[in-house]
Amino acid sequence: MKRRTLLASAAMGLALAAAPAFAQDKPKIGFVYVGPVNDGGWSQHHHEAAVKMKEHFGDSIEMIEQESVPEGADAERVLTQMALSGADLIFTTSFGYMDPTINVAAKFPDVKFEHATGYKTADNVSAYSARFYEGRAITGYLAGAMTKSNKIGYIGSFPIPEVIRGINSSFLHAKKANPDVEMSVVWLSTWFDPAKEADATQALLDQGVDVVLAHTDSTAPLSVLEKAGGFGFGQAGDMYDYAPEPRLSSIIDEWAPYYIDRVQAIIDGTWTSQNVWQGIGDGMVGIGEITGPVPEDVKATVLKMKDDIASGAYHPFTGPINKQDGSAWLADGEVAEDGVLAGMNFYVEGLTGDIPN
Amino acid sequence: MDPVLLVASIMVSATPILLAALGEMVVEKAGVLNLGVEGMMITGAVVGFAAAVSTGSPVVGFLAAALASAVLSLSFGFLTQVLLSNQVATGLGLTLVGLGLSALVGAGFEGVRAPGMGKLWIPGLAEIPVIGPMFFRHDFMVYVSLLLVAGVWAFLKYTRAGLILRAVGEDHESAHALGYKVVRVRLAAIFFGGACAGLGGAYVSLVRVPQWTEGMTAGAGWIALAIVVFASWRPLGVLIGAYLFGGVTVLQLNLQAAGAKVPVELLSMSPYLITILVLVIISARGVHGAPGSLGRSFHASA
Repeated sequence: MKRRTLLASAAMGLALAAAPAFAQDKPKIGFVYVGPVNDGGWSQHHHEAAVKMKEHFGDSIEMIEQESVPEGADAERVLTQMALSGADLIFTTSFGYMDPTINVAAKFPDVKFEHATGYKTADNVSAYSARFYEGRAITGYLAGAMTKSNKIGYIGSFPIPEVIRGINSSFLHAKKANPDVEMSVVWLSTWFDPAKEADATQALLDQGVDVVLAHTDSTAPLSVLEKAGGFGFGQAGDMYDYAPEPRLSSIIDEWAPYYIDRVQAIIDGTWTSQNVWQGIGDGMVGIGEITGPVPEDVKATVLKMKDDIASGAYHPFTGPINKQDGSAWLADGEVAEDGVLAGMNFYVEGLTGDIPN
Repeated sequence: MDPVLLVASIMVSATPILLAALGEMVVEKAGVLNLGVEGMMITGAVVGFAAAVSTGSPVVGFLAAALASAVLSLSFGFLTQVLLSNQVATGLGLTLVGLGLSALVGAGFEGVRAPGMGKLWIPGLAEIPVIGPMFFRHDFMVYVSLLLVAGVWAFLKYTRAGLILRAVGEDHESAHALGYKVVRVRLAAIFFGGACAGLGGAYVSLVRVPQWTEGMTAGAGWIALAIVVFASWRPLGVLIGAYLFGGVTVLQLNLQAAGAKVPVELLSMSPYLITILVLVIISARGVHGAPGSLGRSFHASA
């Protein structure tokens, strides 16, 4: 009897000790990044947005981060680890985390996931992405207007719809500024490898290109352009260190408002799965200050374009646009559907080369 | 496509792995397998960058990089040669330490500009059409790397010290029996290997990119390790291997930029395909040239 009382009181004591801890359980928010958090671009901007989110909520939430996580099997391991450690919401901030996120989410139905730039969702997985192609319209137009050799270059990472949209949007708008422009695309099969990005920039310059657009994460292309001559753009971050030249403008990712919004939903218990795609108008895509020797009229044109895109008056994919093989895609005045853009796997007319599989 | 610009780019792209691979080859010739090349390169990259930015002199940057990586490699030397730790595990540890340490040291150097490196025109030779711009109008480190290759070749082939180093690598028991200081020779080789890897890393951050970004060597150290095997532990082989690898990498980027009608997948694979192909050919010949005591610990009382 005595022993039983003892056990009961011990259990009671444990329960009492555990109860307040449980009540204080703060939402735990996880972030996973593909590169180091100081890459100067993509991962750094997700990280900075995460820090802003944390500052907004202060001690009422807990934040955990993991940087330089390779896409693929390793990502699954890291996500499982985070879910096991009690995370309530996990942001997976690279396209290649899509399948790992879906797989791990299926195993942890009570944990919520937010995957960036993908298209797959589940009951506990949201997808969020920015309409970077709206920003690419601006930088593409500037590239077309500023090239003297009529040759511009594009450094691509992986042949996924997001990158292909960026290439098409850049090229279409470079052509608007300069009908004679040609664009060379170089694929690197990596998001982050400064030496390779630098070599690719040099290779483009050697081929007579004088404006380089990059869709990789480091500032290496701007470093090479600064040394060797030519113009470039900030990507993911403002990269203002390279202003006024070679950086002419930039596409800035503004994730913080979205992160604050979604974490608030977790706190309120109102989180539901969604698939959002926001652009300049919503503030998720920012355009950096236009610097360097950009003529006033060009500047006025792109700023007007930016306003029109923001207000919805202009869509960067407005017909007539043909596909690379010459077949019609959009009729005159027709606007691309989101579904087609989300899965874009073709070049528009005028681009040369093939998209790797 | 302009072959002159292409060859000039290849030389820049190949120099970091050439330096690192040359150093590692000397280390392995002495019978030590140091898998920490990546860690030493990235350490050289950050220290070289920091020193060059602080003093405004790239030469000081390179010297500091060589010294820092060499000192770091001595920690590997102490563990493996004196405390007889496992070389593979210690080398991998060295890579992890280098990556972490460089991120710490480099935290304040992101977005900072490196001082410019002038091109050194070799008098007379630089004026030769075609050949001049290809080979004789580079920064001084390209020439230093080539001189190092020649120096290492002559050292190993013609000097007594080189012979001792090779003897230690082939059979450390016999070398010890002959009265040679096996551990001392190996520590010296490790020091040299570290210095070369540091120079290679600094070349990435001061010339090839030029900036400091965390993790910027992105696996170049592992390529250097492969090139040593590829070269069958011969200096000339290291030169050919590094230029072949650098050459194919730059060539495929140029072919893409020029819009060549070759599938991108094939182009991207080509540097690795060619490396594997050559390794297969070497294996088929049956001559590897690996030093006999490679990777084995030596203890004098054994």
